[in-house]
Amino acid sequence: MHTHVRQLQQVQQQHQQQGQQQRQQQHAVHSLSMSEAQAGDTKPLNLCNAVNEALHQAMDSNDKALVFGEDVAFGGVFRCTVGLLERYGRRCFNTPLCEQGIVGFGIGLATQGYTPIAEIQFADYIYPAFDQLVNEAAKYRYRSGGTFTAGGLTVRAPYGAVGHGGHYHSQSVESFFTHVPGLKVVVPSSPAQAKGLLLSCIQDPDPCIFFEPKMLYRTSVEEVPVGEYTIPLGQAQVLREGADITLIGWGAQVHVLAQAAQAVADADGISCEVLDLRTLLPWDVQAVTASVNKTGRLLVSHEAPLSSGFGAELVAEVSRRCFLRLEAPPVRVCGSDTPFPLVFEPLYLPGVERVVDAIRATVRF
Amino acid sequence: MLSRIVCNSSLGPSSLAQLACSSLHLLRHVQRQLSTASTASAAAAAAPAESTSQDAADTLEFPGGRVPFTHNMEFLGGPLTPSSPRIPCYRTLDGTGKHIPDAVVPHDLQQQDAVALYTAMAKLQVMDTICYDAQRQGRFSFFMTCAGEEATVVGSAAGLDPRDMVFSQYREHGVLLWRGFSFDDFANQLYGNSLEPGQGRQMPIHYGSKELNYQTVSSPLATQLPHAAGAAYAMKLDGADTVAAAYFGEGASSEGDFHAALNFAATLGAPCLFICRNNGYAISTPANEQYAGDGIACRGTAYGMPAIRVDGGDARAVYCATRAAREIALRDGCPVLIEAMSYRSGHHSTSDDSSRYRTREEMVAWRARDPVVRFRHWLVANAWWDEEREKQLRHATRQQVIEALEKASKVAKPPVSALFSDVYADMPWHLQEQLQETLQVARRHPHLCPPDMPVQ
Repeated sequence: MHTHVRQLQQVQQQHQQQGQQQRQQQHAVHSLSMSEAQAGDTKPLNLCNAVNEALHQAMDSNDKALVFGEDVAFGGVFRCTVGLLERYGRRCFNTPLCEQGIVGFGIGLATQGYTPIAEIQFADYIYPAFDQLVNEAAKYRYRSGGTFTAGGLTVRAPYGAVGHGGHYHSQSVESFFTHVPGLKVVVPSSPAQAKGLLLSCIQDPDPCIFFEPKMLYRTSVEEVPVGEYTIPLGQAQVLREGADITLIGWGAQVHVLAQAAQAVADADGISCEVLDLRTLLPWDVQAVTASVNKTGRLLVSHEAPLSSGFGAELVAEVSRRCFLRLEAPPVRVCGSDTPFPLVFEPLYLPGVERVVDAIRATVRF
Repeated sequence: MLSRIVCNSSLGPSSLAQLACSSLHLLRHVQRQLSTASTASAAAAAAPAESTSQDAADTLEFPGGRVPFTHNMEFLGGPLTPSSPRIPCYRTLDGTGKHIPDAVVPHDLQQQDAVALYTAMAKLQVMDTICYDAQRQGRFSFFMTCAGEEATVVGSAAGLDPRDMVFSQYREHGVLLWRGFSFDDFANQLYGNSLEPGQGRQMPIHYGSKELNYQTVSSPLATQLPHAAGAAYAMKLDGADTVAAAYFGEGASSEGDFHAALNFAATLGAPCLFICRNNGYAISTPANEQYAGDGIACRGTAYGMPAIRVDGGDARAVYCATRAAREIALRDGCPVLIEAMSYRSGHHSTSDDSSRYRTREEMVAWRARDPVVRFRHWLVANAWWDEEREKQLRHATRQQVIEALEKASKVAKPPVSALFSDVYADMPWHLQEQLQETLQVARRHPHLCPPDMPVQ
């Protein structure tokens, strides 16, 4: 016990020294995602450039693909759409500043056989488009019995904490949309995923919302396959194999989980299996239950507030499906049930320290 | 903090990364304002203070266009009074159906088209009456009539090309009727049976038809308007000679999607017709509680598109305005707004009793202005219609509608599986599981399953 506390202190000290730089070093775990890379050439890209390459790829291979949104013509405020106007002309265009208009306009394009790829500048500003996404895009096929569909629509939106975003440049809004039958919700955690999953979303016959972890736009770099490259939707990825506890996350948070897994492996000898969910709707129930049936323990972690977050869905289903295999109550390590706070961000976020604490408590339960 | 992290990072190009700084997003707006302000002050400085001439220095060069300066402090607009000037209402037939001698009629209706237009309006009236009564008898759960607005809906439908994609609200089934939707098609939807494309998933009156280029109705108001803008833009990209036509009421014009759609269509040059049925009431809310300005047409010009106000009770005027609007939209690559002034003579729906919020005198007065009768007077004056044909049409239609309802009522409901299909293109695992569970529930508790619904 005493040794353990000392190890914990060392871990905490190490974390304090690393401070906020931890998040940018998290790219190390991405090498695993290359296991899915199709044979062929790769090149190092950050997540922003990987998104940009996917958009180029989509517009190259499909002349009905259109990229539009606020400020996308000059390259976008995050630079994800750089070069599209120059190469594809009016297929990349600015729209008025109106999220409900962007999504509604995209639905109309989709009904005419186009492949609209709409950008919402920040996920925090997607709410004016909520009605269009929930009542229109999601129900278009169902309400018409397949007569009409808005399935060609893909909506991209940067999401998540960046350290200084406060209420309105930090939010993780995914669980609002995982509650909507008819939508698919996808969150990449690396450049290769960003390219492979975004291209899958664009090609998918159902409307997809693609949340890009903006913290990783430039801090995450890895080898990304060139040319056509897709990752199937609905499939989780095991980032790290382990025996004692399953850690599930998506987007930027999987890097926190990977660091916590390393920390408890080094300090405690705890073996964590880290699962990157990648697609939240529909999620990979087989991968999740297989992992929890193996480890007997579950920790889910997301930046979004705890209550009614998507972690609740995973915990509920795992409790039902893996009940006899569970050796401890499934646990959630999440953002607080508050608006996203500026100066309190380190306390609000489910950082490595809180995840490590929860892993230890669960393993010792 | 992000800036600091990015600067410390050796992982990516930091110059670009700084743009990811969200505070720069905010700065962007400030910079825009500053650049505008500096342009303004530079222009002001360039103009001699005592100058009163309207030369180039007296204008503000702005990304949105050149704006003249003025020394007069003058506010535009304000609350309207009964004497305020209003946008006039275009019509070609007077209230009794007489041709107005100096009326501009660029697309006059020939006998065959005029009779077809009238026939559709009369059929619509008959169908509305029977279906309204059938709902009141409990045959299906809901219905909405088009009473009072037949000329607006059918007149505009006749002015469109059948290939034009229609994005309707919910009171425009006359467009479908005009395009050939059969009474069987209507009845199947009202009963939500297995022959209905929507598989009984939506309330009655949520019609749709791919063959007739009519997007399936959804209940939320004005959501269809941005869709129409997007669809019209797609047609423009395709080089097509079609337009998108969006229908809505003056109540829906208060929704955010109305403004989004008009602004998108105007800025992006989408050939879209926005056809507003200003029928005086949004359920119980009268138009004078819906807006304080001069109706809806004035908003079109504010968004930079041609707009016209038309007498929605004059089928020929609506037809002419729609055809002309369509030509403008295709010729100039722009949207056009039509505000058709009409009156919802019926209740909002079968769930509404409009005598609770409007006077009997008002309703009687408007019913006397029945647009179908008005158009019939014009046909009769042209010797294109008579009492015998009228009787035959109404009698035959009545029989056809009753037969269609009878037939539709006997068609089985969609199978249980239709509860879960079409949510996605392919059914994901959780819906497959829920389908199996629901089938078991239906078998264990047969009373939960509608009697004519196959458990499969």
